[in-house]
Amino acid sequence: MQKKTNWTATFLIAFGTLFILFPLYMTVSIALKTPEEMAESLFALPTGFHLSNFTKAIELTNFFQAFKNSTVITIATVLFTLLTNSMVAYAVARNRREKFFKGVYYYFISALFIPFPIIMLPIMQLTTALRMNNPSGLIVLYIVYGLAFNIFVYVGYIKSIPKELEEAAIVDGASIWGTFWRIIFPLLGPINATVGILTCLWAWNDFMLPLIILGKPEMATLPLVQFVFQGQFSTDFNLAFASYLMALSPMVILYLIAQKWVINGVTQGAVK
Amino acid sequence: MARQRSVFYLMTVPALLLFFTFHTIPVIQGIFYSFTNWDGFSPSYDFIGIKNYLSVFQDGDVLNSYLFTFKFAVLTTLLVNALSLLIALGLNAKIKLRQFFRGVYFLPNVLSVLIVGYIFNYLFSNVFPVWGAKTGIEALSGNLLGSMEYAWIGIVIVVVWQSLAFNSILYLAGLQTISEDLYEASSLDGAGRWREFWSITFPLIASFFTINMVLSLRSFLQVFDQIIALTGGGPGRATQSIAHLIYTGGFQGQEFAYQSANSVIYLIVIVGISFVQIAFLQKREMDM
Repeated sequence: MQKKTNWTATFLIAFGTLFILFPLYMTVSIALKTPEEMAESLFALPTGFHLSNFTKAIELTNFFQAFKNSTVITIATVLFTLLTNSMVAYAVARNRREKFFKGVYYYFISALFIPFPIIMLPIMQLTTALRMNNPSGLIVLYIVYGLAFNIFVYVGYIKSIPKELEEAAIVDGASIWGTFWRIIFPLLGPINATVGILTCLWAWNDFMLPLIILGKPEMATLPLVQFVFQGQFSTDFNLAFASYLMALSPMVILYLIAQKWVINGVTQGAVK
Repeated sequence: MARQRSVFYLMTVPALLLFFTFHTIPVIQGIFYSFTNWDGFSPSYDFIGIKNYLSVFQDGDVLNSYLFTFKFAVLTTLLVNALSLLIALGLNAKIKLRQFFRGVYFLPNVLSVLIVGYIFNYLFSNVFPVWGAKTGIEALSGNLLGSMEYAWIGIVIVVVWQSLAFNSILYLAGLQTISEDLYEASSLDGAGRWREFWSITFPLIASFFTINMVLSLRSFLQVFDQIIALTGGGPGRATQSIAHLIYTGGFQGQEFAYQSANSVIYLIVIVGISFVQIAFLQKREMDM
């Protein structure tokens, strides 16, 4: 059945996007303007490309170092999360009638209800004592803390995969290990996308854990750099906004490229 | 086969040990320290029983942070869920440029919370007042975040702005599970839009409503990044959230043990609320 276009809804939705786009327009335009242009008119388009804001911000925030840190942390976290969390979930999902695995399942899920601030102080002590107050330590924590939510999502998905596939493989002499990697893991595509996207956004944008864990300035991630930078140079807004824009753009660009995928991924995670 | 099955244990046990080490032990430590007088730095500390807890209950700052956090979290949860349900209905309707609009509405979700906070901080202090002056609207003319009374509304606005993205998409996912046939049948029966929403749409996405309400309240009760970026807990302590108080008191105020006690109470409150909320909302799901 072809329904007619709902013009009221179209108009309201279009109107709503103004609220989303206005702050983003301001971010881009302030980043490109000079203080003089700002003084003339706050809302006007910038007259030219003032890249000096960006070059100065790159220097002051040590942008490339922070960008590298964020990238390494995010990629490693996503990769290892997908490989390990799916495996744990597989073992749990296929044995969930057994006491041990059922216990493991509820143990991980229950952590969803524990607010982060309760472990905030002890985890700082622990990571310092174990010399894990560095990017590697941060990656380990992201992978481990992701378990609580990811197990929930993965187990729900794996339950819906028919067992016959694995049984056939086992009869043909494949080990459980081999069955997982060759048969199950490739079938997890859609849910891996969901977990991968959510983990990527979390690791890239997270501020609290890096704030607590990372000791030295040269280890700082992009959000952490903005925090330190804000404290030191809070008066030059054009500079600050150039810095914000550079920190935000990688995820925005990634999102624009993979938009449909991202939204579908999140939706899938919700329906399962 | 028995040797085969041991693989399942090998797949689980390392994760279990890591999780125990980096999550459960810190939780236990937090509880343990709450009964001491440790400042977080000194080499030694003493057991002081429940003294921290007794003090927490009499602490005006703690009480203040709980009041702010709850006021903020409850209002934000309601606003976010009402608005994102509306947006989801709009995005699910037969509209022009549907994919494009979905893309735009989800965009805020990929942005860093801290940086979004900084951007809005500037808008509140430098852009909206200019507007206020031009249009003569009194409410806009000052910096909202500098007001003892209204700074919390600024935080609500920013959090709602950003959270709508994720919640709308979750509701949209729910709406897409509803079959078109139901609406055709109801329009044959002559049901109006309002009736259609309450009798078909809302009951069928009830489980999404439960999930969204529980998740939003839980995450808004932990508000932290936005506070750091927008007000730093001020003016005074008007917008100091519980997480922010635990962080500043515990790390900078040498109240390690004392804020641990505060964390334990916070844990109990959050777990309690989540369970009550789930029980209540699920019961409502079944009644429908």
